[in-house]
Amino acid sequence: MNGILMHAPALVIALPLLAAFVTPILGRFNYKKISWFVSAVFGVTLLLTLLMAGQILTNGTIVYVFGGGEAGLALPSGYTFPIRIIFQIDAMGIFMALITAVISFLAAVYSISYMEDYSGVDKYYTLLLLLATSMFGMELTGDIFNFFVFFEISSISSVALISFRSTFNGEPAEAAIKYMVISSISALMVLFAIGLFYGQYGTLNMAAIASFMQFTKLDKMALILFLTMLAMKSGAVPMHMWTPDAYSEAPSAITVVLVATSQASLYALFRIIFSLYNVTLNTVTVGWILIILGVLSMFIGVTMAVIQKDIKRLMAYHSISQTGYMLLGVGVGLAVLANPAALASYGIKAMEGGIFHIINNALYKGLLFLTAGALFYRTGTRDLNKMGGLAHNMSYTTLFYIIGAAAIAGIPPFNGFASKLIIYESVYQFNPLLAIIAMLVSILTLASFVKIFHSAFLGPQLEQYKSVQEVPKSMVFAMAVLSIIIIFFGLFPNLIVKYIVHPAVMALINQSHYTSTILGGM
Amino acid sequence: MIGNFPFVAVIMLIALGMYSLMFKKNLIKIAIGLTLLEGGVNLFLITLGYRKGGVAPIYTMAPEGVKMVLPTPQALCLTSIVIGVATTALVLSIAMILYKQYGTIETDEIRRLRG
Repeated sequence: MNGILMHAPALVIALPLLAAFVTPILGRFNYKKISWFVSAVFGVTLLLTLLMAGQILTNGTIVYVFGGGEAGLALPSGYTFPIRIIFQIDAMGIFMALITAVISFLAAVYSISYMEDYSGVDKYYTLLLLLATSMFGMELTGDIFNFFVFFEISSISSVALISFRSTFNGEPAEAAIKYMVISSISALMVLFAIGLFYGQYGTLNMAAIASFMQFTKLDKMALILFLTMLAMKSGAVPMHMWTPDAYSEAPSAITVVLVATSQASLYALFRIIFSLYNVTLNTVTVGWILIILGVLSMFIGVTMAVIQKDIKRLMAYHSISQTGYMLLGVGVGLAVLANPAALASYGIKAMEGGIFHIINNALYKGLLFLTAGALFYRTGTRDLNKMGGLAHNMSYTTLFYIIGAAAIAGIPPFNGFASKLIIYESVYQFNPLLAIIAMLVSILTLASFVKIFHSAFLGPQLEQYKSVQEVPKSMVFAMAVLSIIIIFFGLFPNLIVKYIVHPAVMALINQSHYTSTILGGM
Repeated sequence: MIGNFPFVAVIMLIALGMYSLMFKKNLIKIAIGLTLLEGGVNLFLITLGYRKGGVAPIYTMAPEGVKMVLPTPQALCLTSIVIGVATTALVLSIAMILYKQYGTIETDEIRRLRG
């Protein structure tokens, strides 16, 4: 037991990675059962992540060194900076890993029924497991080149998953090629920026780079590359054109995981800005850049969403708009980072709102995409004009949809309200105009979800959907779990903020803690 | 001065790659653009590790007192090349599917997703 806990960081990566390549072999023997096998693997991974989370939140950061004599030994005697690949998992990393673990587990459970009728499901699960592995890697690693490798794995596997249905028609392949080009460019430019770091400081360990950081011209170049490329990968507005295509064309279970992948890129952006640069950069300027990106994403995302007719495309535009909230909250925190008084009075609160919104968005956006998938599963269409009266036949899905829509619109007993309220309150103290825009966006969000509710669920029962039934149990299970977590988070936001979100925010802000856990007392 | 030529080549490769990614409409040319970009970044990494007159960093039978080139960028570059092969293969295979479904590989004609 103790050994499992000690090696949990490696196992979280190794287990899905091994399972990814075992799955096709198992599929040769028993094709029907591999979906259960994959769900079980994700279940164990979730358990490991929870164990790790318990340990980190009570005892502090875990350092895991690969290939060292001891797992916790970052600096072998005589070295001044670490040379091995290190996993450095602090409260922020484990926060993201928890999201990934929950979302990928539920996506796998949902896929049991959703992907039943497709051929090549073994390859689908291989790619899903690889995608989850890559996300864990991006979130747990303390080595910047290692981050690049997982970044590329995530783009390759998600592209293959987006184009999974392209044997029927061309659209998924069209969405996939856009995403492929975008993510290749971003990964290569990230590698270029990593090269800039390596050329100056001769190390790839993030904590070591952070401690050597001089903020020279080359560092500025690297910052610009990281900022634009990671914002592009997370779908912030001027670089958002791939998001609606990729999200709407991927199978629904994958869309949910793609949301988590975008957030992993967003996490990487925050990690690089806060842990690598922190106060060496001009925090006001970069903070405002994040805020402007955020406001643009919020506003353009939601206005584009209102006019959509395709249910998943509409929701995809909303995930751009929700990314805006996170950028806004964290951007305000960054803008006042160098000002301790403002940071204490509202900066930390704003960041808590932004970071809390990441997990809330993953939950309700996940739930909404799953309900969209349930509608597609039964009706075979994503066009809102062709749906109608489905509440008569699909009562559970309707209930889950209402929960998800209320949560994303920020209606009180659900989790979206909790994080949005924190963002409004704190951003208002920073700049009232930003808070007003955020509220306006929230209203438009509600409007577009009422539109879906009206055209898909309400109205008389349509002739062609007379025989439609509720979706199978595994899909209901996945949606029910997400709904329960959403309601729990909505009822006890104080607990979540205090025990999970606040430590994560402090882990981002406190750079010296990040570097000293690796470099010790030198 | 002449030591900086590799960096000039890096910039040129990346600029050419970006040019073909932005202005070319043919998917094969876009794939070539990605490869150029990748070549530029790989050359950058290799150049970072190069020391003038250095030998390969193998300690067995190494001559005394001779500088060695840095091994880390070579390892990075190797990883990056392997990933690049996978990326190129994926781009080309998606281009093939697109050609089957749309009958063209010009991006301005592959436009069913919009709005």
